[in-house]
Parts: sequence; C-alpha cells; structure tokens
Amino acid sequence: MTAINQYIELFKATREAIDAHSAGALNALRPKALEALEGARMPVKGDEDYEVTDLEEVYAPDYGVNVNRIDLGVNPAEAFHCDVPNLSTCLYFLANDAFFAARNSDKNLPEGVIVKSLRRAAVENADIVEKYYGQIASLDCRPTALNTLLAQDGLLLYVPKGVVVEKPIQLVNILNSATPLMAVRRLLIVLEDDAQARMLVCDHTQNKQTDYLNTQVVEIFAGKRAVFDYYDIEDSSDSTHRVSNIYIRQQEASNLMVDGITLTNGFTRNNYVVDLDGDRTELHLLGMAMASGRRHVDNHTAVNHRHKYGTTSELFKYVLDDQAVGSFSGLIKVFPGADKTEAYQSNKNVCASPEARMYSKPQLIIDCDDVKCSHGSSIGQIDQNALFYMQSRGIPEHEARLMLMQAFMNDVIAGVRLESLKDRLRHLVETHILGGSSSCQDCAGACPTTKKD
Amino acid sequence: MLEIKNLHAAIDGKEILKGINLTVRPGEVHAIMGPNGSGKSTLSSVLTGHPAFTVTEGEVTFYGKNLLELSAEDRSHEGLFLSFQYPVEIPGVSMVNFMRAALNAKRKYYNQEPLSASDFLKLMREKRAIVQLDNKLASRSVNEGFSGGEKKRNEIFQMAVLEPRLSILDETDSGLDIDALRIVAEGVNKLKTENNATIVITHYQRLLDYIKPDIVHVLYKGRIVKTAGPELALELEERGYDWIKEEVDNAK
Repeated sequence: MTAINQYIELFKATREAIDAHSAGALNALRPKALEALEGARMPVKGDEDYEVTDLEEVYAPDYGVNVNRIDLGVNPAEAFHCDVPNLSTCLYFLANDAFFAARNSDKNLPEGVIVKSLRRAAVENADIVEKYYGQIASLDCRPTALNTLLAQDGLLLYVPKGVVVEKPIQLVNILNSATPLMAVRRLLIVLEDDAQARMLVCDHTQNKQTDYLNTQVVEIFAGKRAVFDYYDIEDSSDSTHRVSNIYIRQQEASNLMVDGITLTNGFTRNNYVVDLDGDRTELHLLGMAMASGRRHVDNHTAVNHRHKYGTTSELFKYVLDDQAVGSFSGLIKVFPGADKTEAYQSNKNVCASPEARMYSKPQLIIDCDDVKCSHGSSIGQIDQNALFYMQSRGIPEHEARLMLMQAFMNDVIAGVRLESLKDRLRHLVETHILGGSSSCQDCAGACPTTKKD
Repeated sequence: MLEIKNLHAAIDGKEILKGINLTVRPGEVHAIMGPNGSGKSTLSSVLTGHPAFTVTEGEVTFYGKNLLELSAEDRSHEGLFLSFQYPVEIPGVSMVNFMRAALNAKRKYYNQEPLSASDFLKLMREKRAIVQLDNKLASRSVNEGFSGGEKKRNEIFQMAVLEPRLSILDETDSGLDIDALRIVAEGVNKLKTENNATIVITHYQRLLDYIKPDIVHVLYKGRIVKTAGPELALELEERGYDWIKEEVDNAK
C-alpha cells in the first residue's frame, strides 16, 4: 500500500465531513485530485528532481487530518496581538490549518483588499476563488494533488486593481497538536493589474514533541505591473516535516520577490514553480537554509520564460553543519521566442563539517538565441585563510567560524526588500547561529506567539 | 620577550625553517631581510600559529610562555600581532563587527567587561586617525574592495587597536606608493614605546628609512646567516644578496 492510499481511504470515508466543513471551489476540485492520485505514489528517492528526498517515506506515517475541524484549543488571535514597533503588520494566523484574524488586523487594509479564510471566501467571494483556485497548482505533482484532495481552509489575499497595500501582511502558521497531525494549508494570492503588496509568512511549531506533516500549496497570481514580495520563513522543529508547493504566474511587467528561508526545521521540501506569462517580467527568487544536526533541506525551483525581456535572478545559499543534508535542484527554461531574456541562477553552499552533505543541480535549458543566461553552483568549506586571519586578531575559532557562516548569508539577506525584515533577519541569523536555539521571540516576524509555550 | 631557539618548521613535509635562533627584547626594532624563498614569511606564519605549518624542532617562548602551545587567538591575546603581507578579504563581515569581536575577545581573556558601544566607537575614531583611515571603510566588509594602501593602513589600524607587545610587519611596504608608505611607517612609529618591539620583514631598505631598525638579520635557506646593525641594510641595498649567498654556500 502506498502512502497515498491511506489518505485516499481517509478521504472516501470522511468525504461528507470534508465537504461540509469546506466550501465551493475547494470541494469542486476534489474529484479531479482524486483521479490524479488513484494508483499513484509519492516521489521516491531517485525520481527526477528527487535525488535525495523520499516523500513516500514522509507521507507514510498515519497522520491525523482534522477533517471535522475540531477546535484543537489553539486560538492565537484571541491570545496575542502583535505590537512589535519595527515590524508593524496586518496579522493573521493559520493554527494548524484553521484561519484566525488578529484583532484589528483588517483596519489598516485599503478598501477592496480582502484577507480572509479561504473557506469563507469560497462562499462570500466565490467569483474570485472560482476564477483562480487550482488554476496553476499542478495535480501532476502528487503532494499538490493530495493537498487539493484534503484542503478545507487557508487564506485568500486579494488586492484589487491599482491598490497599494503599504503595511506588510503577516501570516503566522502555527503547528500545535498533542497527536501526530497533517496540516493541509492552502493559500490563494491574487494581485490584479498595478496592485502592490508584501507578505511575510512564518511557520512555527509550538508543541515540539509531536510529529507533524506540514503541507501547503500556494498559488500566486500577479497581474500586469503588479509588485509583490513573498517571504516564507520556516522556524519549526526537528519533528516537523514540511512539504511546500508554491506556484506563481506573472503577467506582463510584474515584479516579484520570493524568498524562502529555512532557519530551523526537521525535514523540508520546497517546490517553486514560476511561469513568466508576459513580457518584461522581473523575478527575484532567493533562498537560504541553515541546517545542523540531522536536518534535511531540499529546494526545487522551475522558472519558465515564455515571453520577451523577462529577467530572473535566482540565488540559493546553504550552510550545513553536523550531519545535515541539503539539496538544490533548479531549472530555468527559456522557450522559443523569449528573446532578450536575462536569467541568472546561482547556488552556493558551505559544508561546515566533514559529514554534512550537499547535492546541487543547477539547470538551464535555452531554446532561444538572443538571451543572457548563466547558472552555477559551488560547494566549499569555511575559508581557512579568513579563519586564520580572524584568529590571529584574537577572535576564537568557534566564534570566527560562526561569523563567517553568517557573512556567507549576507548577500541573500541584502536582497530582502523589506527593510525592517532585513534588520530582523540579520539579527535572527546571528542569534540563531550563535545560540543554535530556535526562539520565536527572536524570529523575523517577532510575533509574540511563544508566550503561549 | 621573544626567544626563538633552533626553530625548524615544515609545510607539506618540506622543511622551510632549518634552525632559527633569535632573541627580541622590549624596545627593540629588528629587521629581517633576505632573498625570495628564504623563509621570512614562514617565520611570521609559524610564530602566529598558522595551521598549515608544523614545527618539527626547537622552541619559542614569549614572556616565558611556550608560544607554540598556544592557539592563534591566545597568541594574539598574549600580545603578538602580525601585519599580513596579503591581508585577507572577508566579504560579509563588517570592519566594525570584526574589530569589536577581536577587542572583546581580548578583554574577555583578561576578565574585563566588553567595551560599551560609545567607548568602542570613540576608540575606533582615535585609532583610525593614526593611519588616516577613512571612516567609510569602517562600515565596509573587512578589506573588501580596499586598495593596496588601504589594506596595509587597515593592518596598522588593527595593530593600534589591539596594542600588541610584539608586532611582526610582513612586507608591509609591498604594494605601497610613497605616500602610503610614509603614512604606514609613521603609524608604526607612533605606536612605538619602550615596552613593545617590532620585527620588520622586508626585501628593501626603503621601509627602513622610515622605521629605523636596531638590529638587521639576513635570512637565507631557512637560517639567520648574518646579524648586524642598521648599516647592513644599506650594504644589502647597494650590493644585493649575492655576496651573502656566496659566503654561506662557500662555507659549506
């Protein structure tokens, strides 16, 4: 029996409850997802782009899914409000996969902007959800299909034409359960033409003893000339498995920053699929991972240039310590007719210990003549000359190594377009590296969620 | 303060230093000259604890302590300083953080509290003035994008901050124009006291016009083959090293 089968059985046994506690477009897509999953298996080690990651294993345990939407006693919105002075945001929560808005979180939103429970939106804003839901999330990807089969809630962000949302929108995903749990989270983000917004998503695990399978599918639609920043920070636990699939469609002259940051994790697989669906698009795709212990971080990216004058700059950096395993596979594909494309992909890694392992596969496929593209990858150690130079000035070896690891991440942090987040990230990387401990209090989002711990 | 006895050192199994003897006392300025490949830079690397070199024989004491047993950072704390021939660029580590880490590590070694932010900045300002180092370099990454002259001035700036008891200047004159050379040398002279000492490693007499040595040594094939007063440097400038090489090679 494959890992998928147990969830198909779960679906068939509880379908009424699943539908009853969800709505509209979410329910409408389930049959298609089921079709895609019947007889299928999750990717296993050795499949294309799964060189070191075995999702069959990850999905194999019998995780509970909260199909009846039982209140697990986590209501972050009532307990907390975000009052951090230098990162003022409109704050929302998904506790496991149930939506909560913080008090007054909507009051700073411009008129017409919608941030709400996806389940509610499927009823109240059915036209939007029906138009976009599931349109770019590929059911050929099994984890995406499984998410589509089971997803009951999540978040809708909708920014109407020409509207600029000044305040960053912050979503805090909290995992908290006494028994092994699969969170099935779904985000739908739509920016109409000329709209602008920034979103910060933080994953936190509160009850760290429990095993979690933290799954998400994110669909981002950026209209013409839209500008959107999406920062996705994972600060979870050793026993958290995260499988994330982010799909992006960019229309003409839109400008996106997508930044995936893995600070603390157990097992992580992030997929980024970007379709550049118009001329003069601009994409910044950044990633950064710091892993120690026996942690596993795997990022996969696929960027498709189908139109003229598109630019992509992609940079992923890893620092791996102890027996940590990192993997990066990235593909930039330039289709015929995508003249004047400029696409750069880079993956740079440091293995700070002899037992850390990094696997890197940068790929570029160009079916067009008039382009500027490059790709590259490097795996190295801490620079011994720099280390000795610092020691000779009295900086102890341990501290010098940490400073160098932190310095290595500097250009990824420098790429962040949200100033307050940049400072917090620097601070966070520093405390994270120096202390090695994970603390939400030091988190980039700095929402006081840990008070509940 | 520094006592080197019969020091032998090797890199990758190849012996470079073949029995160095040298004594340095407080207040002295020593010059170590010699042709390329004679072991000058190796000596400075071994003294400061570069991990690539292995000491195969001999001993080095610094104020009575066995220097060779100390880590590179503890040698620094004990008051040893090397001005690198090729200062290392460290992208992503700002000069400010670098110096703060270095200074506070030393203070910790002597059980002192870390400097307050304002005292630290004041100290940086004072020390920068000694080598006329631009303030804007302080916010940049260590040595990154610095010109040759700025890198060397930055070395002397670090020396000023750390106040070593023994400084080794490894070809600090290389890559410097005449103005930068003067600024660097003046900086070194300003830091000179009767309690500290300097070893100047150089090919040329030029630097010694500015930093006057008390004793000049010639290093050749891993040994000190000649020791004399400052006049030796002038003679080398005039006659080159060939006559010394001949003397040594014929003596065998």
